[in-house]
Amino acid sequence: MFRPPFLRLPVLGVVAGLLFGVAGCAPQPADELVVYSSRIEALIKPLFDEYTAQTGQKIRFVTDDAGPLIERLAAEGANTQADILLTVDAGELWHATERGLLQPVQSETLEANIPASLRDPQDRWFGLSVRARTIVYSTERVQPEEMDSYVGLADPKWQGRLCLRTSKKVYNQSLVAMLIAEMGEERTEEIVRGWVANLATDPFSNDTSLMQAIAAGQCDVGLVNTYYYGRLLRDQPDVAVKLFWADQDGGGVHVNVSGGGVTTHAPRPVQAQQFLEWLSSPQAQGMFAGLNLEYPANPTVAPDPAVQVWGEFNQSEMNVAQAGELQAAAVRLMDRAGYR
Amino acid sequence: MLALVLCLPALVPLLVIVQAALAPQAEIWAHLSRYVLPGVAFNTLKLVIGVAVIAGALGTALAWLTALCEFPGRRFFDWALLLPLAVPTYVLAFVAVGYLDYTGPLQSTLRTLTGSSAWVPPIRSTGGVVLVLSLALYPYVYLLARTAFMTQGRRAMEAASTLGLGRAAAMWRVALPMARPWIAAGIALACMETLADFGAVAVFNYDTFTTAIYRAWFGMFSIDAALQLAGVLLVLVVVAFALERTARGASARFSSGRDLAHRAPPIVLGPRLRWVVFALLALVFAVAFALPVLQLCLWAFKHRGDIDLRYWGYVGRSLLLAGSAALIIVAASVVLAYLARHKQGRIMNALLRLATIGYAVPGTVLAVGIAVPLVMLNNGVQHLLRSWLGAAAPAVFLQGTLVAALIAYVARFLAVGFHPVDSGLQRIARHVDEAAAGLGVVGAALVRRVHAPLLRTSLATAATLVFVDVMKEMPITLITRPPGWDTLAVRVWEMTSEGEWERAALPAVAIVLAGLVPVAMLMRRSDDVA
Repeated sequence: MFRPPFLRLPVLGVVAGLLFGVAGCAPQPADELVVYSSRIEALIKPLFDEYTAQTGQKIRFVTDDAGPLIERLAAEGANTQADILLTVDAGELWHATERGLLQPVQSETLEANIPASLRDPQDRWFGLSVRARTIVYSTERVQPEEMDSYVGLADPKWQGRLCLRTSKKVYNQSLVAMLIAEMGEERTEEIVRGWVANLATDPFSNDTSLMQAIAAGQCDVGLVNTYYYGRLLRDQPDVAVKLFWADQDGGGVHVNVSGGGVTTHAPRPVQAQQFLEWLSSPQAQGMFAGLNLEYPANPTVAPDPAVQVWGEFNQSEMNVAQAGELQAAAVRLMDRAGYR
Repeated sequence: MLALVLCLPALVPLLVIVQAALAPQAEIWAHLSRYVLPGVAFNTLKLVIGVAVIAGALGTALAWLTALCEFPGRRFFDWALLLPLAVPTYVLAFVAVGYLDYTGPLQSTLRTLTGSSAWVPPIRSTGGVVLVLSLALYPYVYLLARTAFMTQGRRAMEAASTLGLGRAAAMWRVALPMARPWIAAGIALACMETLADFGAVAVFNYDTFTTAIYRAWFGMFSIDAALQLAGVLLVLVVVAFALERTARGASARFSSGRDLAHRAPPIVLGPRLRWVVFALLALVFAVAFALPVLQLCLWAFKHRGDIDLRYWGYVGRSLLLAGSAALIIVAASVVLAYLARHKQGRIMNALLRLATIGYAVPGTVLAVGIAVPLVMLNNGVQHLLRSWLGAAAPAVFLQGTLVAALIAYVARFLAVGFHPVDSGLQRIARHVDEAAAGLGVVGAALVRRVHAPLLRTSLATAATLVFVDVMKEMPITLITRPPGWDTLAVRVWEMTSEGEWERAALPAVAIVLAGLVPVAMLMRRSDDVA
């Protein structure tokens, strides 16, 4: 059969690939923990390494978006190798419990370390770091007294001055879900319509562009997760944009969590629980949150010094699981309100 | 039967989609059809038509110029205009928005100088998305049209002029119609890539079917609704294909199959026109490749601390996966194209059509559509083994091995391999086979001595497209890879999924560099042939 010379290299490639493939079939060592993580390698591997160094427990992991990971876990069923599922959003963890993919963990350590509002009411997952979503504003064109809450951004005084990120991002979906939990759908839809009416420009694809638009004068206020602000400050320490803690007289700042749970069919549930307990401990918590300038879920641990300077704030005490429960309703509400 | 086996990986995700469509969820659909579908259908239509027209015209015109004309820099542009293929679309989109949006350097400078930048048309608009996707995807059309023009264009033009046609008439009435299967295939690939695109439209926050599919899945936690939306998308693709085939009609276009080694003289452009052409091509090259890659390099340099020894592993694994996939997919495409040639029939045609539309399905949906059945197959095998051998049964892990990854790539990229090979084979007229048979050349000898030289460029085209596409592919690689088997594309995902776009530049540049090598190789080789 004709074989063009340019195909010779790939032939070698395939042979090598299949060999590797077969090597991949070798059963994995029974004592290694396996983690499915939608928290990216750079933010989680240092913790795996630290744990292995301290305890000798080896950890293997696969990263991907939570959606595909959950489908994979569901398909693998009782044959799964995964012991732990880690995500960067409480909604996905709620979804995993709905699908029966996480099991309850009875642990005094976890109950003591992680506040009730940041974990599943049935203890199938635990928040490990807190992601706060609050208001940012231009220090040149806005006085802090002019702002109060998420609801306030619907006020006509912000017409043509508000910037939002796309409603496709889960952070906005869970924020709106929490507003629904607090005020009901009807009132929330009015608020979201108010936001849309105040928009200075089409919603942005990410928080960083949004803050740059505020700095450049395209708009005056917006909503972001605080660690994006931290990253922006690292690049541009003098940027004329500041954080404002929303809803301090009301429900408090909206928070989401990055967290995890033990899978229903985990081959190594005991080791998996021990690892989660370690992640909630003071020594791991600083690192877990600090790697991405988030807030530790364990209230006894102080955030990174770069984060501390933004000051303290009251956070919402509603259980973050509600964000998952009401997320589909939030998405539909935003569709109706024309928030893209 | 063989055809069915080869198409099976590509058909499985479609079956998953069809199966989901059988259980529609009334409540979600009432919402989608009222608030979501009208908007995304219109947006998607605008986008696909825009890309088909602009990428089609750009790709065909550029291929015409570099393959048939002589002007300064022709040899350089000939392969350089293909390079944007190696730049992932979301990268081009991110750079374009970064440069041209309100906060970008262009508008910032204008505001400093003139006090206002309000007259600059917004980049985050339908026009902006169409432009960026066209610049990123025209190489599909360019590469295929170039193959067509190179293998016969000059001869056709020459023959037409001996029959008294002027240059323009020869182009419109002879060369372009003869190249139509290629051009149509190139546009089809560009359109399917557009339909499946998520990265670029997400940067623009432009709502399409793809974004609606992901919103239903990740936002409303309804993978069924997501699959049903994908089903609607596929129906539209099938309709579009049928329309194109009807429009193309039954007219067949064959090359003479002779005299390929004969070099007809190139069309020499006038002294002024040749520089206009040069400037035009330089502009396309700069905007679609040089400037974005320069920006990537600057960002990569800023984060050069991220380079470590592991990068060799990422590069090696990317090349290995892309090379293996290219080989397997081109081989499968050749077999399928021959089967289609010899066993023409409705069923065969329908099968091939179905097997190649998966390319229009958003990557993550297709990845799950193939990975989940693979996992189930794996579990089934495991179950059987246990029931035969008891506890002594060895553990089987088909998922999370390269076998799973390669099967999934076949499902996604069969269209990319099949279209160029099929176009090439279609143009070898049956009377060539008959003439060869008259000389006693049949079977394997026919393939080796007659078809192979004629197909060479098409095969190289197919291999290049698949190779570069797999290099850039993210969702399938993510879900099927064994633990620790990270590639360059996985590194890009690692950075962009937490919004660290600039840090993603380093692996993105590595993809461009590693994707360039085969492109350059291909170009030199096909130059030898032509």
